[in-house]
Amino acid sequence: MRLDLVPRARRSPLAASLSPVLAFVTAVLIGGVAVSLLGVSPGAAFAVYFVAPLSELWSLQEIALKAAPLALIATGLAFCYRANLWNIGAEGQFVVGGLAGGWVAVATHGDAGFTVWILPAMLVAGTLAGIAYAMIPALLRARLGVSEILTSLMLVYVAELLLDYMARGPLRDPAGFNFPQSVAFDEAARLPYLMEGETLHAGVLVALVATVLATLVLGRSLFGFATRVVGASPRAARFAGFSEARLTLAAFAISGGAAGLAGIVEVAGRIGQLQPTISPGYGFTAIIVAFLGRLSPLGILIAALVIAVTTIGGEAAQIDLRLPLDLTRAFQGLLLCLVLGADVLTRFRVRLVSGATR
Amino acid sequence: MAGGTGSAKPADDPRPLFGAYGIVKRFGSFTANDHIDLEIHAGEIHALLGENGAGKSTLMKILYGLLEPTEGVVTHRGAAVRLRNPEAARRLGIGMVFQHFSLCENLTVAENVALVMERGLRRAVLAERIAALGETYGLKLEPDRPVWSLSAGERQRIEIVRCLLQNPKLVILDEVRRLCARATILRGGRVVGACDPRSETAASLAALMVGAQVQEVAARPAAPRGGERLRLERLSLPAPGLHATALDDISLGVRGGEILGIAGIAGNGQAELFAALSGEIPAPEVEAVRIDGTAVGQLGVNARRRLGAAFVPEERNGHAAAPGLSLSENVVLTRRATAPLARFGLVRRRAAQALAARIIDAFDVRGAGPDPAAGTLSGGNLQKFVVGREIQAEPGILVVDQPTWGVDAAAAARIRQALIDLAARGSAVLVISQDLDELFEIAGSIAVLHAGHLSAAMPRAQTTREAVGLLMGGSSGPPIGRDVPVGPTAAIARTEIAHAP
Amino acid sequence: MSLDTIQMVLVTVLTAATPLIIAALGELVAERAGVLNLGVEGMMVCGAALGFAAAVETGSTLVGALAGAGAGLGLAAVFGLLTVGLAANQVASGLALTILGLGLSGLVGAGYVGLKREPAPHLHVPGLSEVPGVGRLLFGQDAFVYAGLGLAVGVSWFLWRTRAGLILRAVGDDHAATHALGLPVRGVRFLAVLFGGACAGLAGSYLSLAYTPFWAPAMTAGRGWIALALVVFASWRPGRVVAGATLFGGATVLQLHAQAASIGLPGQLLSALPYVATILALVLLSLGRRQGGSLAPAALGRDFTPHR
Repeated sequence: MRLDLVPRARRSPLAASLSPVLAFVTAVLIGGVAVSLLGVSPGAAFAVYFVAPLSELWSLQEIALKAAPLALIATGLAFCYRANLWNIGAEGQFVVGGLAGGWVAVATHGDAGFTVWILPAMLVAGTLAGIAYAMIPALLRARLGVSEILTSLMLVYVAELLLDYMARGPLRDPAGFNFPQSVAFDEAARLPYLMEGETLHAGVLVALVATVLATLVLGRSLFGFATRVVGASPRAARFAGFSEARLTLAAFAISGGAAGLAGIVEVAGRIGQLQPTISPGYGFTAIIVAFLGRLSPLGILIAALVIAVTTIGGEAAQIDLRLPLDLTRAFQGLLLCLVLGADVLTRFRVRLVSGATR
Repeated sequence: MAGGTGSAKPADDPRPLFGAYGIVKRFGSFTANDHIDLEIHAGEIHALLGENGAGKSTLMKILYGLLEPTEGVVTHRGAAVRLRNPEAARRLGIGMVFQHFSLCENLTVAENVALVMERGLRRAVLAERIAALGETYGLKLEPDRPVWSLSAGERQRIEIVRCLLQNPKLVILDEVRRLCARATILRGGRVVGACDPRSETAASLAALMVGAQVQEVAARPAAPRGGERLRLERLSLPAPGLHATALDDISLGVRGGEILGIAGIAGNGQAELFAALSGEIPAPEVEAVRIDGTAVGQLGVNARRRLGAAFVPEERNGHAAAPGLSLSENVVLTRRATAPLARFGLVRRRAAQALAARIIDAFDVRGAGPDPAAGTLSGGNLQKFVVGREIQAEPGILVVDQPTWGVDAAAAARIRQALIDLAARGSAVLVISQDLDELFEIAGSIAVLHAGHLSAAMPRAQTTREAVGLLMGGSSGPPIGRDVPVGPTAAIARTEIAHAP
Repeated sequence: MSLDTIQMVLVTVLTAATPLIIAALGELVAERAGVLNLGVEGMMVCGAALGFAAAVETGSTLVGALAGAGAGLGLAAVFGLLTVGLAANQVASGLALTILGLGLSGLVGAGYVGLKREPAPHLHVPGLSEVPGVGRLLFGQDAFVYAGLGLAVGVSWFLWRTRAGLILRAVGDDHAATHALGLPVRGVRFLAVLFGGACAGLAGSYLSLAYTPFWAPAMTAGRGWIALALVVFASWRPGRVVAGATLFGGATVLQLHAQAASIGLPGQLLSALPYVATILALVLLSLGRRQGGSLAPAALGRDFTPHR
């Protein structure tokens, strides 16, 4: 028995855009089976996971608030992944960004008078911290050829431990009854809300702007062009005069900066203070989003919304149907597997061949 | 098909040792082999000739068991056999010596040999056999050396020893030159003729392979004018990688209007020389490379392009062009320094498409649609595009590595004519090529690259193929082919015959 | 420090190193065949969950261990189908499997959180196990520890002393050359991936059956990732895997003891030691790279699509 892959003559763009949809549908079907094995009606589960979140204002806002950091991080990751640079450390860059921006907020807490500069300073600090943190695996790879997969990943744990230490120690609120958290940020250090009385904050706009910018840069700019070439044909990229080392550093800088910005946006937007943990795994979920969105900013935006819906739906399902949150995670992993498989099928035809005939 | 195995001695047996009858091999809608008959008798050396794409390599793989024919049958002493995999072929006594060595770099010599030997063979026994064979045929090998540390010649020895250790009855030799007594000629997947290659000229063989008289190139006599436009001055470069060749004290000069040809067998420093010329590898001294008098040794490839130089590397897929990108995007790759294709950091897509269209038109590049992906073009068309892309800029200096390798005859002729015309307009052209006939056709003078050394350039009219061939082989010691013993009872050789007008 | 205290420390180092040894050896075999499996963490945690569940249901540690290995094997089969069968991107597929594994482990283990069972039985040799200073270390461990060390010997022997191992190393070095020789590249890779997954699952079951011994969500705490780093750190040689695992295990233990001894450094700094050590080890490895040949399997991570 042998699985033969025969390349298709042409890859139809229709098939390329339909394959993730097909993967999604398949994942939902398999999820339905799993859910019924757990004793819940698939129809009810589907309604709670996918329909209910879209039907109320507050849950729509939650979706947007969850999708924004995912889209922002994943858009940055797209620059790296297109160039075959496997930045797995976005979670760490996110944390470092939130920590740096949060530190600015704590340092300026209680300041009166001219405070307009505080929020922009926080955002800048978070972005720069993310860039700096991403430079570690970038430089190690560009100068020494060390695998960026392992270095960026190890740094995630280091970042989390650093945040934990700071939130429980030097940055802890002295008047906070020993709770492991910083002071609540001032009004000036928070992202403004977009609507009176609602939870949607300006971080969503940041993500949208980033998507638009990334689309322009990847599609139109020479730099975006270079990242595409260096990933697909590194030798041709060198022949074109593109410097692999400089592209590596630039791609990691964009990715780290985006993740750091997402971190401070989350801290200044939703959380409002520094805590030992500030991320429910956004940095890793964003990797799924990046691949689901096939490394294009628009696709990533859609994928981020889909993942956000399933996450919100999962939380609701836990309450309404007593379905565990792990089901959502398993669904997301399964979805990525199916998307990857479907992508192969758009480029190759698969034949199951019996015997040893070639 | 008569049954029975060999009770008659191989030399007396009238049946062919191996036969292939009615072989058809299709890949989807593409027919690589179209009803081929082939017979190999014991004790003969049989050549298989044909252009790229004629179907030789497919037929070889079928005989070696890597592929199975869609139709047709392979016979051994008249009896039909089924070669499911190379293991089965090896058991019948069919051995293959690969052109591009099938060796694992980080394994030792003995380990690479052991990959095709029978199970349960003890290390010590294998080492003995390798040593014994080495004694008999003068192919010395150290069993415990890792392959990455060996030269190309030593690696070929491993291939040969590995094949001979299995006592093959049939040896398939890939790309061996001019040993053969009989030849079968393939074109378009079919047999189109048979002959004795020793009594044919390259021209008549080429005509048989191509099926028509190849268009004569209108060679204008080389008329160099003006001063030197490209100069290499005592360039020495350490080997840039593990398996690369160091360059040693290379000097050359090309004047405007002149075509200098650099002959040499692959692997003698051509790629390194190209990289030093293009700027992909910086030279140790600034003055080692001069373009129109300017010292450019430390400048990168785009800086050199801005000074009027253009480059066409050997590998069109992956180096000269990115196969996944469209032709207009590939234009941006090398022409952004010499054409207004990028402004304020943005790519000017329409300008790129317009330029690509001009190149496609001028060089008759055929592909699907107005702006196809480079990887979908045939070899000849992609090469025309890649060469045309550079010539369109009217560069003062053009460096080309293997301009017509793997290209159909018509496209090759067109490319060569374009090179000649460019030189006639006053440019200095440097052509690196393994194809002696090509160099003798278009070059005004020829130098030879061997093991990283460059010979002095000789005017074409004052040298011969034999003299150049000797220099290519290093001029000391017999060329590799002579070492090969004709121990096994029959052999097929596959030969590339260079295109000739 | 008394002899017994030293022995205690060594025992904790060895037990901390064992899951790393088992998982890293499995990954070593897969990478030697040319496949980079980033799903080790997911396979490990699934092994922990399913292993614990099976052991609780059947009352047998052995069944638990087999179930754990089986869980890893199952996930590895999916991974193999994607990357070897369909030539999908290895990095993305591995990450997908990690996330899938984490999710599945939570589902499987949900009903077993907070349960306790007897830890895996330890060897007891009358007379030898009581020898002061080394008795417990050498003769008083559970089966997993001995299995880990035995695996190191076995993998070493397999790769360098058997024909099958030679073929596997050749496939990982140059899949094009081995394919041209007619060797079954994809079959070898798929089997190597299955072995790697089974080892990861077994390592996970060790955590929940012997090391802690109970199930808690995401209890592998990144050990799968450290195992991946360990393979690189050990230059893909089994002996060095054991040495490296001992170092990493030692760093973990050192951190625990240092915290217990209230050394003035913050606990988080000590916890970060293994991760920082990994990065430093990788840097040192790159700096000291040989000039000739390559330490890594040359075809590692590259896709293979033979369609002609």
